[in-house]
Amino acid sequence: MSASHEVGDFQTAQTLETFGFLPKLTQQEVFEQISYLIANGWTPSIEHEHPSKAYNHYWTMWKLPFFGEQDLNAVVAELDACHRAYPDHHVRLIGYDNYAQSQGVCFVVHEGRV
Amino acid sequence: MASKAYDAGVKEYRDMYWTPDYVPLDTDLLACFKVTGQPGVPREEVAAAVAAESSTGTWSTVWSELLTDLEYYKGRAYRIEDVPGDSESFYAFVAYPLDLFEEGSIVNVLTSLVGNVFGFKALKHLRLEDIRFPIAYIKTCGGPPAGIAVERDRLAKYGRPMLGATIKPKLGLSAKNYGRAVYECLRGGLDMTKDDENVNSQPFMRWRDRFEFVGEAIQKAEQETGERKGHYLNVTAPTPEEMYERAEFAKEVGSPILMHDFLTGGFTANTGLANWCRKNGMLLHIHRAMHAVIDRHPKHGIHFRVLAKCLRLSGGDHLHTGTVVGKLEGDRASTLGFVDQLRESFIPEDRSRGVFFDQDWGSLPGVMAVASGGIHVWHMPALVTIFGDDSMLQFGGGTQGHPWGNAAGAAANRVALEASIKARNQGREIEKEARDILMEAAKSSPELAIALETWKEIKFEFETVDKLDVG
Repeated sequence: MSASHEVGDFQTAQTLETFGFLPKLTQQEVFEQISYLIANGWTPSIEHEHPSKAYNHYWTMWKLPFFGEQDLNAVVAELDACHRAYPDHHVRLIGYDNYAQSQGVCFVVHEGRV
Repeated sequence: MASKAYDAGVKEYRDMYWTPDYVPLDTDLLACFKVTGQPGVPREEVAAAVAAESSTGTWSTVWSELLTDLEYYKGRAYRIEDVPGDSESFYAFVAYPLDLFEEGSIVNVLTSLVGNVFGFKALKHLRLEDIRFPIAYIKTCGGPPAGIAVERDRLAKYGRPMLGATIKPKLGLSAKNYGRAVYECLRGGLDMTKDDENVNSQPFMRWRDRFEFVGEAIQKAEQETGERKGHYLNVTAPTPEEMYERAEFAKEVGSPILMHDFLTGGFTANTGLANWCRKNGMLLHIHRAMHAVIDRHPKHGIHFRVLAKCLRLSGGDHLHTGTVVGKLEGDRASTLGFVDQLRESFIPEDRSRGVFFDQDWGSLPGVMAVASGGIHVWHMPALVTIFGDDSMLQFGGGTQGHPWGNAAGAAANRVALEASIKARNQGREIEKEARDILMEAAKSSPELAIALETWKEIKFEFETVDKLDVG
């Protein structure tokens, strides 16, 4: 690895925090993360925002957090509905942890077009 | 008391300070000492001497004792226990009344509990193993300037540990070259970088120059990545005045966080700086230089769990805890014992983790555990399992030793972390499946593939010097 011609160039990328460095999650992998969120007793919630405003703390909420939701398919359906309504926007899934007053899960499921 | 006559001379400590029938009050501050007395001195006498010398007692009776009610103010040795596997030493439990201590002053608590008593001739060794702070006392302390939940909200980082790196070489870089190393780490995917503890304001790099270049590095990395970044600007300084001047400038250049060494800087400086951070919306990263001098000997000094508790009260948002897996000393169960003390709101007594008392922290915010020292990508699944999400995984050579440089090293760290988190959430046993998880993730990350190859042989396997006491 010491020869200079073997050194690669690392290009800086716009990333969107947790899971931003992994390949886009498959439908099955998103499903598994939702399952983890619900198994922890957290509340699923969906937010979306245009990429130009993604740095803000607040994105726009899609409806309200889905309090008490236990059905993975219902959450997937809401993610899809949000993505259809705002195809240019980033769409992220949040798991609200009301005990820690934090988010146990937060990652972007659909990336918007810049 | 008024009827008591003055009787000059030397009395046995146990007459007054050994009270086995005493039931500690909820407001008492409780301490557990590991005591090794000189041969021939009875345990009760030694325990009572510790209680006396760390509270109201002195070696000789004095007449002015009779002007107050020492029964109200004295510390009491109330229990003695064997140390498992050690016939020479024993545990002495001491209860101190709340009024012995100034409110909000860790300095005052330590000056009493680990003051002159540690040099007492009747003792061969003495170690402060644990303190139970009463909730009444905790309510007088400021604690972490922000705490874990607020830090996550400010930085918008959820569902995973944060990643950091200490900039290397730790001494000798110019400010501009140093800022370059910071920028490369941050653009590559780390959340934060850190000044090495030795970096204060030396001739080769004065603090103001460092802060300016690092400020630009943070801003550029934030603009280019779209993520929030920071660098722990070390404001540990020769005087409090200079410390505050540096803190003000750290805020001015736009870092969300600064750094202090709480033991070499001292608790007075630390508590003052924590208050400043709370007022100014800055996070506070705490390094622990000198801790091993105090906490490593199994029979003498202060256990790190006590220093960690003191830091949570004095104030800090991050504290170094060791890694368990890296190059520095740290037994797994013992480390988890004090990591709990930093982060949880109630920790029950658990001797298997070296926790001697129930500890209720009330509403005091939590402190992030920082795992730092000799760690690299292969350790990632184990680090995630040991430390969980509320931690800062702090690399050094494990980022900057990457054959392609800091940015690629940072990306390798980040990919390894996210792959571990994803797998954990999927229900996989990530410590056991570490190899599969990392190799799989490396397929889409040449940076990780090279990092895995570079560090495949590095291990730090030595026996722990300070072990938990087990039979």
